[in-house]
Amino acid sequence: MSDIQLEDKLGTSWRKPHFITNPALRWAVIAGFVAYMIAAVMTIEVDWGRVYEGLDRGWAFILAFTSPDFVSRASDIWAGLLESIVMTVAASVVGILISIPIGLGAARNIAPLPVYVACRGIVAISRALQEIIVAILLVAIFGFGPLAGFLTLSFATIGFLSKLLAEDIESMDRVQAEAIRASGARWMQWINYGVQPQVMPRLVGLSIYRIDINFRESAILGLVGAGGIGATLNTAFDRYEYDTAAAILIMIIGIVMALEYVSGIVRARVQ
Amino acid sequence: MLQLKKLTKTYKTGDQALKAIDLEVPKGQVLALIGPSGAGKSTMIRCINRLVEPTSGEALLDGVDLVKLGATGLRKTRREMGMIFQEYALVERLTVMENVLSGRLGFVGFWRSFLRRFPQSDVDEAFRLLDRVGLLHMADKRADELSGGQRQRVGICRALIQNPKLLLVDEPTASLDPKTSRQIMRLITELCRERGLAAIINIHDVALAQMFVPRVVGLRFGEIVFDGPPNGLTPGKLTEIYGEEDWEATIEAVDDNGNEIEAAQ
Repeated sequence: MSDIQLEDKLGTSWRKPHFITNPALRWAVIAGFVAYMIAAVMTIEVDWGRVYEGLDRGWAFILAFTSPDFVSRASDIWAGLLESIVMTVAASVVGILISIPIGLGAARNIAPLPVYVACRGIVAISRALQEIIVAILLVAIFGFGPLAGFLTLSFATIGFLSKLLAEDIESMDRVQAEAIRASGARWMQWINYGVQPQVMPRLVGLSIYRIDINFRESAILGLVGAGGIGATLNTAFDRYEYDTAAAILIMIIGIVMALEYVSGIVRARVQ
Repeated sequence: MLQLKKLTKTYKTGDQALKAIDLEVPKGQVLALIGPSGAGKSTMIRCINRLVEPTSGEALLDGVDLVKLGATGLRKTRREMGMIFQEYALVERLTVMENVLSGRLGFVGFWRSFLRRFPQSDVDEAFRLLDRVGLLHMADKRADELSGGQRQRVGICRALIQNPKLLLVDEPTASLDPKTSRQIMRLITELCRERGLAAIINIHDVALAQMFVPRVVGLRFGEIVFDGPPNGLTPGKLTEIYGEEDWEATIEAVDDNGNEIEAAQ
């Protein structure tokens, strides 16, 4: 019945249809994008003279990595590192514990609408505010030191973990959970038997990933006075002690890589 | 024992999945619900345990109207209805034993279930059921390590450990091979007979339904168009349920397998 005849089609070539079917519009979009890229690159001003001078300083910084100084500021490094680790662990534990109920509330398929909206609101606020900005605010409130860093990282963890946990819950297999509900289980039992087993591997994986992020962030937060190894690093930079700074960076890299390795093992185990 | 009175389900889209269904299932009767995809079979059994909310009508289980129950009443009454699912619906990352015991969740408190400390009587019953379906040795395996037929057996145990009055069975054989399908159907009908259980079994495979159940209900576009014994399903009746097609082969297949019917009884 269709007006397309097989004879007309045979022998003609076939190509995948374009994503934008109108050719004029398609070319306009491509040309517009290229023009924007060229314009954007041209607006970047580079002072090549300044770059030439700066290369020396950059080189000195890189050279410092060949002779990192772990010794002369050892006690500062140790204290900063310990503070960072305490901050990371405490913030991760608190953040993860708070994230779980908020994540459950932010999953549309298990939470009623008002709870969903409230939890999504919390997630949105936490994600909209960048760690540094939160840290500056909290340092202003609580003063310099690791308390501000701990609160910042807990706050950031909630946004990160709740959102990803909620999305994992939303994409779970509905029928498995339905089967538990059909047995007459209470809500908590339903979560424990029908939902938790489905999202547990991802929750564990994300939590470890977040510990990793929190440790790296703790190194940055020190720069705005929120305690941890970042404060030690900042002092080293201020004094132009690149060899001490290099030692601190090497230790941060080492710890991050170790965490990465451990998280790989754990994630493989919990599948 | 189960009575549906003018049970109706209209989806938000305006689709009438069930049009005033009237049906009575006496105690201990196993009936097959057949009909084309989209006829409302799955909606009907889900309206009974309210995984889908019916729009109007009544569903009486031993005189209690399931449609009017509040949250607590519904939870208590769901315990009396075991459900067996298409694609098994086992919680894949839990062990076989946890899956079976999850059928007791309606009877134990949260902390007991959270700590997996079920009463000894429940544990014993779980072992007995697993032994009955031949899976006792798999008790501590994870559900996703099992084959399709084994998973469905675990699904059956999970429904039966509730000690229900009624089994709601949704396409139990849809993802199984023909031999396993028969074994599962035989197992379900045998267990119903042993325990005097009533069951509503949604099933695509007409021949399989005719082989194992004494009563067949045909659904089309949300209405009951056939209700009678399996041998009442003539080509004319099947055309009424499914639409035009050559039905002789389907019906002959049942005659060829007469011995199967005896084996099942």
